[in-house]
Amino acid sequence: MIQGTLRASRSHRQFLAPTLRSIASTLQQGLFAEELSGRAGLLQSVDPRVKIIALVELLLSISFAHSAWIIVAVYATGLVLAARSAVSPWMLLRRVWLAMPFFTIPLALPALVLTPGPAMAILPLGLIVTRTGAAAALFLLLRVSTSLTLALVLVYTTAWNDILRALNSLGLPRTFALMLAMTHRYIDLLLRATGDMLLSRESRLVGRLSTTDGQRLVGAAAGALLDKSIRLSGEVYLAMLSRGYTGAALGLEHLDLTGRDRLVLVVATAFSTAALLFGRYLSRGL
Amino acid sequence: MRERLAHLHNFSIYAGAALLWLTTTAMHIPDGYLGPVFSAAMFVLVLPFWAAGMRSIRVNMDARNIPLIALLAAFSFVIMMFNVPLPGGTSGHAVGAALAGIILGPAAATIALSIALIIQALFFGDGGILALGANCFNMAVVVPYVAAGLYGLLTRNASATSCRRVIGAALGGWLGLTLAALLAGVEFGLQPVLSHSPDGAPLYAPYSLGIAIPAMVLPHAAVASIIEGLLTALVIAYLQRTNLPILNTAEIRAEGRGESSRRTLRWLVIVLAVLVVASPLGLLAPGTAWGEWGRAELVQHGLGSIPAGMEQLPGLWGAPLANYQVHALGNASLGYMLSGALGVVVVGVLTWLFTSLLAPTHPARSNGH
Repeated sequence: MIQGTLRASRSHRQFLAPTLRSIASTLQQGLFAEELSGRAGLLQSVDPRVKIIALVELLLSISFAHSAWIIVAVYATGLVLAARSAVSPWMLLRRVWLAMPFFTIPLALPALVLTPGPAMAILPLGLIVTRTGAAAALFLLLRVSTSLTLALVLVYTTAWNDILRALNSLGLPRTFALMLAMTHRYIDLLLRATGDMLLSRESRLVGRLSTTDGQRLVGAAAGALLDKSIRLSGEVYLAMLSRGYTGAALGLEHLDLTGRDRLVLVVATAFSTAALLFGRYLSRGL
Repeated sequence: MRERLAHLHNFSIYAGAALLWLTTTAMHIPDGYLGPVFSAAMFVLVLPFWAAGMRSIRVNMDARNIPLIALLAAFSFVIMMFNVPLPGGTSGHAVGAALAGIILGPAAATIALSIALIIQALFFGDGGILALGANCFNMAVVVPYVAAGLYGLLTRNASATSCRRVIGAALGGWLGLTLAALLAGVEFGLQPVLSHSPDGAPLYAPYSLGIAIPAMVLPHAAVASIIEGLLTALVIAYLQRTNLPILNTAEIRAEGRGESSRRTLRWLVIVLAVLVVASPLGLLAPGTAWGEWGRAELVQHGLGSIPAGMEQLPGLWGAPLANYQVHALGNASLGYMLSGALGVVVVGVLTWLFTSLLAPTHPARSNGH
């Protein structure tokens, strides 16, 4: 009996537990980002439009860079800004570099031996690490980690509503902005509903669940969620009508740029331009 | 023997790369994999689909569908977390894009999925910001359009409870994600050709097309696309058992355009077929069309010398059906007809693609929600 229970729980864990874990982790990340963005810090006080423009400028500068040093400099700047904004750089480093082994590092490693070029080191089985391969892998790792870090700095220092207001103010169509705002709000609700649904199902499971039954369970959960989403959309529409929705999406709150915001924008643009120019024309340094 | 060993060595490296990539079957491309100009081009490529999607929501659906799209975007976000059990005790997660394409119709699904991808990139750092164009094109355009297209084709005249719907959903999901993986492989594989340093080091994704395409397509076709097809089929089967109105709504949307223009299309096909069959009549006319002379004919018409640029140009491109002939057939008239038919198909597909993206869609039908 005990063995049966253990086998069953292991079987369930194969697909129910990872899904529940993903849901819990996403909810936790959302709460964590909201909590950080509400803290007092350097970037939290900057206009969200300025932060979005600066982020795109910096992403472009590292994307165009032909110098690893420049990418490292932008990375370091991102970490310093995070530290000045009550966001732990160590947490950022951990978050980014713990994710790298699952995607970028497996992708970058074979480039060491697959890229033709002058030999740098010889590995067992006759594999030759080339200089160009090492450079390619290094560039990939640096670009991905720096881009991800910069995006996380924006997320951790800006409330989602502020990002939406900024996007709206920067020209995103209002209907699209409205749908984006509603989606974000209801992701939280659907995540909780899914978590409750799967948890209640798991708590009622006794004995071994075959793969086919497991697949049916997942299909039913996804189908029920789809049904719930569609029903909810009808209720949301009625709620919108009852609050005076006439079919035209209204703009969100107006944003004003302060003198400090303008200064930040000028500094960010100058820094990105300098990084872009140096990164483009400096020979590779590492 | 040495050559065989070299081949084996290369193959083992490729297989190693593919195996390593097998662990990375997620489709979200982070920033840093694609060059900035290429990323911008992907945004340009996805723009008409966003425009078509927004038009579809505005024209084909009423205001109540704004919360519907938002809720289904949230659903698409959540469905990406569902782990589907596979034989052998493993499990994997689907994208859910095929299901959105079938339920919402591909144009509206493009918007719902793009919203989910934007939130993932901007809020969770999952997928790059500059790479959003590529991610949206691969996952929010290719998957729903291919899946909904194949599902529509396989379930034509099928009842709502027909098992053809489940099979169509499974195949649509599988093919949609496999083609998206192929496209991602092409995008990765083009990077070393487009962007490299003076010493040849690739600046972005480092693998050639020969490695990137199989490394993306094989793991997806064998694992991730099966999960996508499986989840799509499981949900369609569930809806058949419990909620047929949703499937019927999807059916109305899918048939909305085709029904009204079917008769016109039939006449167009007949006229085009007659023209294709009659095309060898052109062989009766002697000489070359005025102004379309080759180099030899130009000399015959009294041109003293051929400019150097014109001498080089003919070698630049070898047309696969030069002079509308298929040499393997050994018959000029048949070659003309086959070339004509092929031309009609190519032009027809391109025209359908552009008109379906740009032409206004039909007015709203009841959606039952």
